[in-house]
Amino acid sequence: MFKLFTCSSNRVKAVARALSYKTNSISGVLQLQVMLNVNNIRKDFPILNRKVNGKPLVYLDNAATSQTPKQVIDAIVDYYSNYNANIHRGVHTLSQEATDLYEASRIKIQKHFNAKHAHEIIFTSGTTHGINLVANGFASLLNKNDEIIVSALEHHSNIVPWQMLCERTGATLKVIPMNLEGELLMDVYDTLLTAHTKLVFVNHISNALGTINPIEYIIEKAHNVGAAVLIDGAQSCPHIKPNVQELDVDFYVTSAHKMCGPTGVGMLYGKEAWLNKLPPYQGGGEMIDQVSFKKTTYAALPHKFEAGTPDIAGGIVFGTAIDYMNSIGFEHIAAYENELLGYATKALQTIEGLKIYGTASNKTSVISFNLEGIHPYDVGTILDKLGIAVRTGHHCTQPIMDFYKIPGTVRASFAFYNTKEEIDILVSGVKKAKMMLS
Amino acid sequence: MSITDIQNEIIEEFSMFEDWEERYQYMIDLGKDLPMIKEAYKTDSNIIKGCQSKVWVHAELKDDKIEFTADSDAIITKGIIAILIRSFSNQHPKDIIDANTDFIDQIGLKEHLSPTRANGLVSMIKQLKLYAIAYQTQL
Repeated sequence: MFKLFTCSSNRVKAVARALSYKTNSISGVLQLQVMLNVNNIRKDFPILNRKVNGKPLVYLDNAATSQTPKQVIDAIVDYYSNYNANIHRGVHTLSQEATDLYEASRIKIQKHFNAKHAHEIIFTSGTTHGINLVANGFASLLNKNDEIIVSALEHHSNIVPWQMLCERTGATLKVIPMNLEGELLMDVYDTLLTAHTKLVFVNHISNALGTINPIEYIIEKAHNVGAAVLIDGAQSCPHIKPNVQELDVDFYVTSAHKMCGPTGVGMLYGKEAWLNKLPPYQGGGEMIDQVSFKKTTYAALPHKFEAGTPDIAGGIVFGTAIDYMNSIGFEHIAAYENELLGYATKALQTIEGLKIYGTASNKTSVISFNLEGIHPYDVGTILDKLGIAVRTGHHCTQPIMDFYKIPGTVRASFAFYNTKEEIDILVSGVKKAKMMLS
Repeated sequence: MSITDIQNEIIEEFSMFEDWEERYQYMIDLGKDLPMIKEAYKTDSNIIKGCQSKVWVHAELKDDKIEFTADSDAIITKGIIAILIRSFSNQHPKDIIDANTDFIDQIGLKEHLSPTRANGLVSMIKQLKLYAIAYQTQL
């Protein structure tokens, strides 16, 4: 068999297995937090050993991109060393092996998200590509009487494509507002839904604030008026394991690089009936059935939406990344990250003049904050000099920043390989920045 | 003083500091002496694009020399623009156009020269030189 799938570290597997016996109760989860061996997990991530500006790297920009474990890096090397060929068209052995690996990864992704069919998983270049593919497809299905609903918490990538779609079709864009805590107002959402609502687009988790949105409610209500729902899962997939059939969601999109995979690859899940209804997004090789100058017929799913040679290595190791995260276990990841969030929130709040934006009761390990009277850019610059990587700016969510009337925030986002010691370094770094910049 | 002389002076000042903290502290201090732009000139059209923080720059021709004023909402950025303006202000447009900015590297602020850096130092230099090119045509 292919070496590519033997790369999960045995140690991680053993730890995960040992822990899996203890996860059936809350106390099991607590026990597990202690047992999740972060020091061992960190050894899987070569980059965590490097220094930045002479200091050990403290990587707290995981919501922008996660770091890559050696299992995934090795799988990329293995692919190019042993299997590199174009897929779906060669009769030669290499091409068939590469095709098998690529399709095996699709099945792995299908199982992870619990899609009914493997052909409901479309490989994309990432979340933005998936959103644009769906938006473009709906252009032929909408007219000027139709309405689209997005949320105030959206990333620009989930606002702009819909604005463009509205411009093309004349449809109206409505926005679910948020409160000061960074939570969407569901009672207002109820009033926005009408018989004209055709589409609802919401992120599962806000990238700027970490709020976990009530997507079960949003999906159910949208379906009651016959609207389709697309959920942007870029921020959720690193922390939780969405079950698309249970959610009954029509479209779900995410990126591999947020969940220990490579950049430039992602997936779009769509219900079979919807994917059959939407026209192809891009024309090219791979996506055709018959071509003549009079008429071209399109390939069946999923190839209809996968024009051209894809990122083959990326698609394959997306599966490796999912294997890696599952070997640690999403319930362990969520429990540990939640502990980090609580620890960091408490510690940062001891700093006078520090304000946290996004205080929803249901949120993931993201802390967006500002120091009173100090620009987030200045704070980020000082933290960088101390080896601490955070994101500063508007996080591609200018409407949220306008809501709070701030130019941006400093955002620290934690992953399962971060430690409390790193949070301590962040807290003393923020104190130092405050001292230097006040 | 020529632009080169001023830049050498800045290099000498920065060489007195031992670590990045002192250099940044000094840069922040220099920002406090920045020739302040008049509120009326703090318009959207005077904002330099490419900066995560806001930077406003105004240029005026006085006799045959350009006088720059500026401001920023971030104090490190304010320090950076202050250093640039100190070396370019009250100089002939031609000298500004011809000036090189290697001294930034020499004062230990090299990381700010990276085009991926969100502070837009590269954009600032470009904008100051564009003003010089524009005024050069009026002389």
